[in-house]
Amino acid sequence: MREARLTVAVPRGALFGDTLDLLDRLGVDTSEVRSNDRKLLFEDAGIVTMRPSDVPTYVEHGAADIGITGKDVLLEAPERDVYELLDLGYGRCEMVVAARSGDDALGEAQRRLGRVRVGTKYPRIAERHFAETGRQAEIVAVKGSVELAPLTGLVDGIVDLTATGRTLSENGLEVVEEIVTCTARLIANPVAHKLKADRIDALVERIRGGRG
Amino acid sequence: MIHPIPAGTRDVLPDEMRELRTITAALGGAFERAGYGEVLTPALEYEEVLRTGDASAAGAGYRMFDEQGQVLALRSDMTIPIARLVATRFRGVEGPLRLSYSGHAYRAVAHGSGQQREFLQNGLELIGAEGAEAEAEVIALTLTALDEVGLARHRVGLGDGALYRTLLDGLDVPEERRGPLLDCLSQRDLVTLGRHVEQLGLEPGARDLLVRVPELRGGAEVLESADGPLGSSLAREALDGLRALIQALSERGMADRVILDLGLVLELSYYTGAVYEVYDPAVGFALGGGGRYDDLIGRFGDPRPACGVALDVQRVHIAQAAEERLQ
Repeated sequence: MREARLTVAVPRGALFGDTLDLLDRLGVDTSEVRSNDRKLLFEDAGIVTMRPSDVPTYVEHGAADIGITGKDVLLEAPERDVYELLDLGYGRCEMVVAARSGDDALGEAQRRLGRVRVGTKYPRIAERHFAETGRQAEIVAVKGSVELAPLTGLVDGIVDLTATGRTLSENGLEVVEEIVTCTARLIANPVAHKLKADRIDALVERIRGGRG
Repeated sequence: MIHPIPAGTRDVLPDEMRELRTITAALGGAFERAGYGEVLTPALEYEEVLRTGDASAAGAGYRMFDEQGQVLALRSDMTIPIARLVATRFRGVEGPLRLSYSGHAYRAVAHGSGQQREFLQNGLELIGAEGAEAEAEVIALTLTALDEVGLARHRVGLGDGALYRTLLDGLDVPEERRGPLLDCLSQRDLVTLGRHVEQLGLEPGARDLLVRVPELRGGAEVLESADGPLGSSLAREALDGLRALIQALSERGMADRVILDLGLVLELSYYTGAVYEVYDPAVGFALGGGGRYDDLIGRFGDPRPACGVALDVQRVHIAQAAEERLQ
């Protein structure tokens, strides 16, 4: 944690563009970040870039004072001790249960086999959703394109994040249940939240003001 | 060949050990000079003793059976064993008692989280003393002991563990709605907290108070901004307590080293009033924490008001090393 000003953890990927636009509006110079997609650390702008799921880790340890990441990431890493300060509104996605269109693979597995097999990159969100709805689920953690898993018979359904549903429908899948809406969130390290309270509050106020 | 040790535990070799000893000696020396005598309690306690102190046994992660089939637990905190010690060994002895300790405590850790399973704590407990003077003594001693270790930029965050609960009481928020609000507060999720508050259907003034209070941090002016007509009628006791504590700290020349934080909540359930955490800009986690726990010793049969603080020696070491690099 540096004394002078706030270090911001910025997620590469789907939230990257909107996040840089937000920083531009706050007066941070993001031109170097936009022009160089190999470089990760931009000391002049106070920006570090990383994959969204690493943002809570860097912020919890104080390697960045504040960060931006999706609610899906925060739900999947509940043990990370960070402040969740603001819903930034952009990057809106649904966490859903999806299965093959046309047949009732999930329902049938539930009725006949007493449990469903669910493929996901979000094992904790999936486990919690099925537990909360009283169903036994066998969670199969996959890393890559999760849409493949039900098509090959690896699982009966999937839990995944979808913005438009296009990838799902192109692969013959359909949404069967909506779990939670996820948007980008502003998070802060608990120590920075006290020791740099002025700067963090000023930032939060400006974001709120800019939206109102 | 690899002979692993459990994740979150460490072997300490001479170079590091020498430095750790310097820190524990500086802290222990400062506590001793202030009249805090050192005590030692067993690392293993009967689980029931820990449960007497805290319903979740203060998060103890390791249990085992002894020869008679009784459940033992590795202590996860030093304050509950000391409450037991005071209620048994010092029964009838007039206070205030000033005790300090240096020992290991144990918690279960999440895989890959980098948390410590076994951690060394140095701390102190001031037992049998009420009010802001006692809390100011503990906080001021914490700050000066860390000065002696070589830290220069450390601060104490100060709140009241009962404040938010008092506000919810005063606004007649139904019991079943309070749990989610307090959970959000302890998980530091201010976004969901705000949504729950919206759904309570309170009048605007009350709603703003519940949303704003967890965000209030800073100097004594923070108390004024919480102390509108509504805040003062609902949380007079907590706000007056903090005001008196700031006053007592400023008499000790320490007020500018304290950050008021009205949203501060600590995970342990036995705190009844003022709570505090110790921060250093070099470390992303709190160096330690403590507070007032007026009911805890009474659970062991010898009611006495008390407050204390515990410091994580390994984190203090990280802060000290960073401070040396700066100089």
